[in-house]
Amino acid sequence: MNTSQISRRDNFQLSMLLNDKRYRSYTFQLFALIVLICIMAYLGKNLLENLAAAGLNISYNFLGEASGYDINQRLIEYDSQSTHLRAAFVGVLNTLLVAFLGCIMATIFGVTAGILRLSNNWIVAKLMMIYVEIFRNVPVLIWILIIHSVFLTILPQPKAFRGENPEASMLWDAFAFTGRGIYTPKPIFYDGSSIVIATFILSIIGIFVFRSYARKKLYGTGQLIETRWTSVAIFFIPTLLVYFIMGNPIGLEYPELKGFNFKGGIYARGSLISLWFALSIYTGAFIAEVVRAGIQSVDQGQSEAAGALGLRSNLVMNLVILPQALRVIVPPLISFYLNITKNSSLALAVGYMDITGTLGGITLNQTGRAIEAVLLLMLFYLVISLSISAIMNVYNRSIMLKER
Amino acid sequence: MIKSIIISAVTVAGLTAGAAFAGTLDDVQARGKLNCGVSTGVPGFAEPDANGVWQGFDVAVCRAVAAAVLGDSDAIEFVPTTGKTRFTALASGEIDMLARNTTWTFSRDVDLKFEFVGVNYYDGQGFMAKADLGVSSATELDGATVCIQTGTTTELNLADFFRANNMSYEAVPVETGAEAVTNYMAGACDVFTTDRSALAARRANMETPTDHVVLPEIVSKEPLGPLVRHGDNNWGDVVRWTLNALITAEELGVTSANVAEMAKGTKIPEMNRLLGSEGNLGEMLGLDAEWAHRAIAVSGNYGEIFENNIGAGTIIGLARGVNAKWTDGGLIYSPPFR
Amino acid sequence: MSDNSNSFVRHEMLSERAPPIGERGVLKWARENLFSSVFNTIMTIASVWVIYSIAVGAAPWFFNGVWNAKTTRECYEILDGVNGACFAVLQERFPQLIYGFKYPSTEYWRPNLATILLLVALAPVLFRRLPKGLLGFSVIYPFLAYWLIWGGTILIPTVAFVGCCIGVACYRKFSSGAFVTAIILGLFSAYLCWFLGGYLISWNNDFLSLKEVPSRDMGGFMLNLLLGTIAVSLSIPLGITLALGRQSNMPIIKWICVVFIEFIRGVPLITLLFVANVILAFFFPPETSIDLILRVIIMMTFFNSAYIAEVVRGGLAALPSGQYEAANSLGLDYSQSMRFIILPQALKISIPGIVNVSVGMLKDTTLVSIISMFDLVGMIRGPILSSTDWNGVYWELFGAAAAIFFVVCFTVSKYSQWLERQLETGKH
Repeated sequence: MNTSQISRRDNFQLSMLLNDKRYRSYTFQLFALIVLICIMAYLGKNLLENLAAAGLNISYNFLGEASGYDINQRLIEYDSQSTHLRAAFVGVLNTLLVAFLGCIMATIFGVTAGILRLSNNWIVAKLMMIYVEIFRNVPVLIWILIIHSVFLTILPQPKAFRGENPEASMLWDAFAFTGRGIYTPKPIFYDGSSIVIATFILSIIGIFVFRSYARKKLYGTGQLIETRWTSVAIFFIPTLLVYFIMGNPIGLEYPELKGFNFKGGIYARGSLISLWFALSIYTGAFIAEVVRAGIQSVDQGQSEAAGALGLRSNLVMNLVILPQALRVIVPPLISFYLNITKNSSLALAVGYMDITGTLGGITLNQTGRAIEAVLLLMLFYLVISLSISAIMNVYNRSIMLKER
Repeated sequence: MIKSIIISAVTVAGLTAGAAFAGTLDDVQARGKLNCGVSTGVPGFAEPDANGVWQGFDVAVCRAVAAAVLGDSDAIEFVPTTGKTRFTALASGEIDMLARNTTWTFSRDVDLKFEFVGVNYYDGQGFMAKADLGVSSATELDGATVCIQTGTTTELNLADFFRANNMSYEAVPVETGAEAVTNYMAGACDVFTTDRSALAARRANMETPTDHVVLPEIVSKEPLGPLVRHGDNNWGDVVRWTLNALITAEELGVTSANVAEMAKGTKIPEMNRLLGSEGNLGEMLGLDAEWAHRAIAVSGNYGEIFENNIGAGTIIGLARGVNAKWTDGGLIYSPPFR
Repeated sequence: MSDNSNSFVRHEMLSERAPPIGERGVLKWARENLFSSVFNTIMTIASVWVIYSIAVGAAPWFFNGVWNAKTTRECYEILDGVNGACFAVLQERFPQLIYGFKYPSTEYWRPNLATILLLVALAPVLFRRLPKGLLGFSVIYPFLAYWLIWGGTILIPTVAFVGCCIGVACYRKFSSGAFVTAIILGLFSAYLCWFLGGYLISWNNDFLSLKEVPSRDMGGFMLNLLLGTIAVSLSIPLGITLALGRQSNMPIIKWICVVFIEFIRGVPLITLLFVANVILAFFFPPETSIDLILRVIIMMTFFNSAYIAEVVRGGLAALPSGQYEAANSLGLDYSQSMRFIILPQALKISIPGIVNVSVGMLKDTTLVSIISMFDLVGMIRGPILSSTDWNGVYWELFGAAAAIFFVVCFTVSKYSQWLERQLETGKH
């Protein structure tokens, strides 16, 4: 259109709203807004009509009613007389638990596999490649189901521990690996245990202080202080000393076979373990690729230069390559953490009672409040995701500043 | 899909403006198909066979309704639903009726606004354990691990039962019945709990059924029946009286074999009213006179359906028990056709 | 000088001596690659042990497998206590695993043909060297595939296709003039064509008609492929639009796109499928019933497009700002500069990412099994595992499902890596 002519004459015409660049964006935005509002209104109207036709209403009152069902794994007090809200909260904690554990384990798997894939050991590199390809290319739901059933079938059930000549036995009489889960000893804190713990925390702080002192000394005077053994000493000696002085205030409760199941100790349920393991080994395969790409993204010259400075190969990795590779690795890594959190919603395939299992599962079934429950469910995941991406943005900005 | 996009585009354009609210019966007849919600697979009650044809005790109710309303017992869209999706599927109109061993409870009837049209199976929750566990009563289950299918009333009953008996337990919630059995067989739980009919069905399917015992306790009442939405009483009547027709047919001795014979007219007035040779019951329902005749002809009367799908002669082998007709001391009873 | 008979002059080269035995062949390779240090040796031994134990565990199970039996019990009888797999279930239920249990068996050729044609239709998009004429087929393909898979009269896809063509033609004709007018005219003419076509269809309902198969009868791996393909192909244009909207300097548009993208990316797919399954029906007008598969496709398209939008945004951001400035200085307007300068380059960078996201989408289609749709995993978890005949067969089925997905996804991701290399060499 002859925009130049129109603008020169400078008298406003209605058609300019459509065809003049200056006004078109306003028209367009207004139009988009109207369309959006219309769609929303249309959907809202349908929703209200449908609900009215079915005689239903939107109400969150069910959250305050007694849930009536039990949850096997609970990090906070909960029984069948607690409210649905509390059940949802138990689920939230379970989601966060498996996501947190999964992130740690996936990082371990991923970094190990990523570095080993670049190993000059042919067989190890190939094995890691097979691991990465197999796990990346099969849906996570199938992995969760397969790993759950591997776990069920390979490990012995509590029954096998029973009798005169049991088929299975506990490891050091302290750990029981059963198809229902893993039982480990649980620390029991008596009086005075707080002092031991405080000492332990203090000695860890002490290690950091000592190390930074040593580094300052090194950079300042060039004097190299031995840190490794001193750190180990600081780690163990004060805590052990206080522990014995206070008269063994921390004991262990061992799991025991009583009745149908093991009792006592810490019980990690099979559903938690298989979900945890499946999520981490699946995501680990993706992280391995990112780690590999990150390490490869560091120019060969960097490691050669470091070598020329006389650094040993582990120092080359730690001081030169990893810090640079991390810049490439961390942003996708965080989005994989996000994926673990979101994929943990598949917990219901193995019966792990996460938020999808409690609020989006049994509560939804029992109360029939589908719309409310699913909305709350989405809200929860949204909050988690947005906070993680907020952290990611902060990190991204911080590494961007360091660049030229 | 493109077709439905075109259709919805046309709809939005307002060509079908002011679509009058039509009853479910009219909808079904206009559509020529009955949308019937079933489970994703409970042996004997609803499961697709190797050819993908749905079979079972619950499915037979759907087929009877389809035959009564549409005259074709195959004019059904079977919609598999899970515990989670069944009620919304019904409430949102995706299905016209739900025949998925669903327990009739107060809150489902009143709060969720559904209408249970009757009971086609009186059930109760029970426990199954491995025989070598040495348990003979559910009260010995303190501390046991219990496999349970989620999305049912069973988890509430379970919680109540153990609470009432002051026992502790560990629930292993599982999504589908098949997976619950897999878990139970692998030993992930000591006992498996669900409705006793389903327990019997699952047990029958096991490699050696005698290795498993169903414990004697019945911890709940589970009246299972088909249901429809609140508010469309005419449609509710159709489903209710189709079910009643099957039950009455058993009382009167009408079977799939002799229904054609009987329909010609007999000396028994109620049978004549039922099969349409006398009176105008079908017309009152908004159907034709032969509706009950067709419903019964599909897979026989209630007793036949029971025996062919879950009865003693089948692999599931359930006895009639409380599900015998009332004249035999059971609870299966139909109001009169009059 | 010439007669130096006493001196020794070598006239021919000595043949090379073979390297010492430890420096050649397998030994050298093994020494350098497997046993170069103590740590490496340990790793090698550990790896060999892993491979060995997997092989010992799985090989007899695999090779003793029974391929011909009717039920699990028959299978166990044949095995007679030997550790072995029951692959017979795969043989007996193969059609169910691939097509679901309700797709009519006489019509299996239709999805098969549609899959083969899909490869043909994708070829010109994937491989640049092929003649461009094939792209015409890619355009027709969606309509053809609809007809093949869903059946019914060919008039429906034809009318839809003709409508699209007329719409595009109309837009083209007027696009030299006002942009907005052209779009409105295009949409209007397409709609008019569909509207008239609707009468044509209702008048002649079984012209060149294939047996109609309702969406609910789709199942098995076919359903996975179907959902994946449709969701991916719909979400690419939507994703690009969202990415452009997010880059836009119109605040309202930008705001809408950001909220949409962040919302979808913030929730797990399974919650969106819950929405499709239990909530979405409440948002449609009371008398319409949009079937589950369509609702799931809508949600999956939204889900995938948000991820594709982020990939494309990455591609847009990677372009040097000089490209935008150059396009502006040539006097190109927004749509021209996007069409001719920015998007071709940005999309080229984004293609590997888009392929990765799409593979993820294909894998995520298995989640529909949780909302009681019988896809490959749903078939296994529902009808097959709970059937009387195949009780307790677990590994074989899930192993097969994993294998099927592996083959498809591995091929696609290898293609994406190949493409990445191609694009890299194209960059100078």
